[in-house]
Amino acid sequence: MANGVDTHWTNDMNTHANTILLGLAALLTGSFATAEIPRTADGKPDMSGTYNVGTSTSMQRNRIFGDNRYMTEEQAERYARATQSFLQGRTSSDPDREAPPEGGDGSPGAAGNVGGYNAFWIPRDGTTSLGKKIPTSIIYEPENGRYPARTEESRNRMVRRYRNYRGNDGTAWWLENEGPGPYDDPELRPLAERCLLGFSSTSGPPMLPALYNNTKRIVQTADTVMILIEMNHDARIVRMNSEHVAPDVRKWMGDSIGYWEGDTLVIDTTNFADRPGLGGATRNLHVVERFTRTDESTLLYDFTVDDPTVWTQPWSGQYSWPATNERLYEYACHEGNYALGNILRGARILEADAIVAQGGE
Amino acid sequence: MRRCANPPLPLQQTTHLFKPTNLVVSKEAFRKYYVRAFISGVVCAAFILATGQSFGNDYSAPRLAGSDQPDINGIWQALNTANYDIERHMARPAMALREGPHGPVPAAAVVKLGAVGAVPGGMGILVDANGSPSTSGIPYTPEALEKKRENAAQWLDRDPEIKCYLPGVPRANYMPYPFQIIQNENAVFIAYEYAGAVRDVYFDNDVPAPVDSWMGQSDGYWEGDTLVIEVTGQLDSSWFDRAGNHHSGAIKVTERWTPTGPNHLHYEATIEDPETFTEPWTIAMPLYRRMEPNARLMDFKCVEFVEELMYGEWRRYPLDE
Repeated sequence: MANGVDTHWTNDMNTHANTILLGLAALLTGSFATAEIPRTADGKPDMSGTYNVGTSTSMQRNRIFGDNRYMTEEQAERYARATQSFLQGRTSSDPDREAPPEGGDGSPGAAGNVGGYNAFWIPRDGTTSLGKKIPTSIIYEPENGRYPARTEESRNRMVRRYRNYRGNDGTAWWLENEGPGPYDDPELRPLAERCLLGFSSTSGPPMLPALYNNTKRIVQTADTVMILIEMNHDARIVRMNSEHVAPDVRKWMGDSIGYWEGDTLVIDTTNFADRPGLGGATRNLHVVERFTRTDESTLLYDFTVDDPTVWTQPWSGQYSWPATNERLYEYACHEGNYALGNILRGARILEADAIVAQGGE
Repeated sequence: MRRCANPPLPLQQTTHLFKPTNLVVSKEAFRKYYVRAFISGVVCAAFILATGQSFGNDYSAPRLAGSDQPDINGIWQALNTANYDIERHMARPAMALREGPHGPVPAAAVVKLGAVGAVPGGMGILVDANGSPSTSGIPYTPEALEKKRENAAQWLDRDPEIKCYLPGVPRANYMPYPFQIIQNENAVFIAYEYAGAVRDVYFDNDVPAPVDSWMGQSDGYWEGDTLVIEVTGQLDSSWFDRAGNHHSGAIKVTERWTPTGPNHLHYEATIEDPETFTEPWTIAMPLYRRMEPNARLMDFKCVEFVEELMYGEWRRYPLDE
């Protein structure tokens, strides 16, 4: 964000604990009247800026909220307190603390594992509010705020995939299964592990909030909108008023074209490669994103996902993109990717151990 | 407008050329060359004094809407062989060579590439203080020159391009891939096709790079119609080319981007790195607009393409050699 005011770089480790309370303040004061929004020389709303899209709003709605898109004031207050108490977990990350006990400290989630992320690493910053309301989920269509049912084809594919998702128990357990093991080849590993795309559909589209590294940078011109995704330095280059490329050209983040619908920037994306960033989606994925400036420092990001080979109906979501004065570190994933080689190598060692244990050679 | 340029070096092709930096030139030819270069230099200096410009340019680019900046939006690409070797060099059989019975031949690892793996020659992109093609090479310290030679000999193992690592600056600008400049009133963003490298140019920054990175930190300002970008905070891991030309983490690159016509930019970069070079030196080249009506950056996520190279040996069933 080139405004010269109080610039910092993103630092997941020690910033932001108050955004939930700010969101709540916005809720209580109802201060989201139509504001003057920045416009470009051609009169279009200017989406340019740097945004931190991390949010503690969950993708799917907790069933206790039913079909309610927004929390009541009482629910919102309770939620803000819970989130605040989670964020306070960060302050306990003392560099002089003792190592966790062997096998983890028994607490749930990744933090319980030795070397796992604790709250210190999980910046649920950004905002939770949508205008003056606190949404119960990012997904709003279907009305229950949850992913629609999957097609049979997709369910079968998931079953096959999850058969090979298992924690590391120090053995080559996959040798007892039929078919290829999960660590046979680099191509079988998740895209993020291979440094091909960030995880959690952070690049999308749709661009969804991830565990960390949630910064987006938009540079808008009359004929191009560039959206940089922090993880992994992926630039989506959207051609305005253009046409999609021929169907044989496939791209990791799809082929994106844009147009204006009044003051809303609409981006239509097709031509995905076989494995889009959005989990479970296929090359048939079609995503429509809508960007609206709600005030001088906030974008409303809305998206509709359609992939009839995966979901039985299209689904839609939205969340706020608040501007930030922070800057991006370079996320050079591949250049430091010791993990992928070691994961494969570790699997070969476990397989060799298993053969020795069976009296082989 | 006539550009200041030295006459071409009187190179002679030889059949036994192992070390690429050993250009073979006869003494007589060199003497004549220097006489011509001197005359050319005098003419050029007079021209510079007359115009007050080190680099002739009377082009006035269209302005970016709502701003007084020249509009440099577009897809650009260098058209030279600098990515093979930024210094003057002759064609050779391959980047990786071994001694054959009658001169150098391609190393075993690349021999099957044949002519596709050969190195095209090039006049080099170094320029002197006048912006004319330089007659001397990179001013390495003796130790750094030794390292350059080692790098060239170990090219297959060491060139970061082979592993699809981010290219750093200036190399990103003359790799054989297009890049796109996305410029508005407040921002200049450069997206490179190769490895999806990116640079976000800061215009209001007075904070040094908080940590070193592959692409460094780009701090820019406009000097008339020239975009000046100072690049600092680069890691020592990137190279200048495939010939093993290298730098340290102390490198500072000052780039100058100037539109010289509707479809051309003049690109210049001065390299300062006292740990590697005895003095600053400068490269320059034109950048060309990609004119195809359907020109655009394609995906080139080469990370995927180097998995077999980097991890193939750890497959459960490694492929045949």
